[in-house]
Amino acid sequence: MYPDNFRYTREHEWVLVEGDTGTLGITDHAQQSLGDIVYVDLPKVGVRVELGKSLGSVESVKAVSDIYAPLSGEVTEINKSLADAPEKLNQDPHGAAWLVKIHLSAPAEIHDLMSAADYQAYIGAEK
Amino acid sequence: MSAASALKSTPLNSIHRALGAKMVDFGGWDMPVQYTGIIDEHHAVRRAVGLFDVSHMGEIEIHGLEAAQLTDFVTTNAVHNMKTGQARYSGLLYPHGGFVDDILVHKVADDHYFLCVNASNQEKDFEHIHSLNRFDARVDFSSPRYAQLAIQGPKARDTVQKLTPVSLAAIRYYWFTDGEVCGVPARIAHTGYTGEDGFEIYAASSHAARIWNEVLQAGAEFGIKPCGLGARNTLRLEAGMALYGHEIDASTSPLEAGLEWIVKLDKGVFVGREALLRQNEKGVKRKLAGFEMRGRGIGRDGYEVFVNGSPAGWVTSGSPSPTLNRNIGFCYLPAELAQPGKAIQIMIRNQPVDAVTVETPFYKRAK
Repeated sequence: MYPDNFRYTREHEWVLVEGDTGTLGITDHAQQSLGDIVYVDLPKVGVRVELGKSLGSVESVKAVSDIYAPLSGEVTEINKSLADAPEKLNQDPHGAAWLVKIHLSAPAEIHDLMSAADYQAYIGAEK
Repeated sequence: MSAASALKSTPLNSIHRALGAKMVDFGGWDMPVQYTGIIDEHHAVRRAVGLFDVSHMGEIEIHGLEAAQLTDFVTTNAVHNMKTGQARYSGLLYPHGGFVDDILVHKVADDHYFLCVNASNQEKDFEHIHSLNRFDARVDFSSPRYAQLAIQGPKARDTVQKLTPVSLAAIRYYWFTDGEVCGVPARIAHTGYTGEDGFEIYAASSHAARIWNEVLQAGAEFGIKPCGLGARNTLRLEAGMALYGHEIDASTSPLEAGLEWIVKLDKGVFVGREALLRQNEKGVKRKLAGFEMRGRGIGRDGYEVFVNGSPAGWVTSGSPSPTLNRNIGFCYLPAELAQPGKAIQIMIRNQPVDAVTVETPFYKRAK
């Protein structure tokens, strides 16, 4: 369920680092808690995002939630398909419904994120 | 100690958990917000049938020779001309005209009225009515004795009819009958909070699980779904129905909330009447209006509303409408602006987004 090559935040985002690029998304746990997702607001390409700061939001029938940057960097690509099909976030949050790609400015930040095992223990304890 | 242990629960709590419901703290109650998903459950009610556990709702009973007089004195709608077996939507008001609660009054007998009240208001409602009782009547807090299930949707009647000898076709809208469901005593009311046809069943708490399970079985052929409070909210909003704590509360009057129709100023003295007479004379300053988003976004509870660049009001409820595929809501506006067709802006995360006021209800079922 939670890929081993991802790293996770306490706010339920994931990041996959390949070279100096990070791909970001929200976790399956996050989409389950949100319920039916109806809007996704993402930053524009070129925007600088900062660790722990809001980079956009996800909105479900019930509520709006901020998406926090798990790492710092500059947005290089956004997942445009989510604008017309936000429900993809409920279906494939760890795959087709990635949110943005960023060029990492401080790759060492990743050491503060959780492994898949730690994240699962974390959401288990949260319940 | 975990916070959850302080929450109240209905007799069906373990059934909800076994069905995989997502549970939330709803006004101090541990309640299912959804099972399969709000949109899915919403559509089940509009297209077939849905089953809701609404046992958190409160029940207050008024008995006695002057039960009708007391009930009339504490509520806004008329009680004296109700027939046995009739149900009426009404308001409990403070003397200043604000809502203590919105309620359903059922006339069980000349000397017995049965009130269905909001979960989080039930103790307050009981104290309120009790404190105003200068009549030959007794006020009972009956909530713990009752479970309440709502079966709503175009297939609600077919579903419930399989479980009762009572002819449901003979129960008119906003009437009820005391009979049996699943072989146990039950009050079957042709009422609901979804804008769809349906029934609300009151029965002893000890029978709740049995009725719940049999309703799900009876409705299986129609595609029945257990539905949570999430869908209950989107359904009532589409149907233009008020929710206490949102459209109405202690600071809002029925005249502001578009609920003039539950106020009978000529019925005689009742609590709040003087205040409403004054409001009626002077006109109210603000009024509830329905709106539809034109720009991208959802105006949600508490968001500020602007008209021509100036703050003018606030959103009381807002949500995507699964049936209409638009984003809808209610807001308070200055009375002169609260009419359909006005351009407004709603501040969504510090950005003004265009919306327009519209007629309510947003959705009306085909009869």
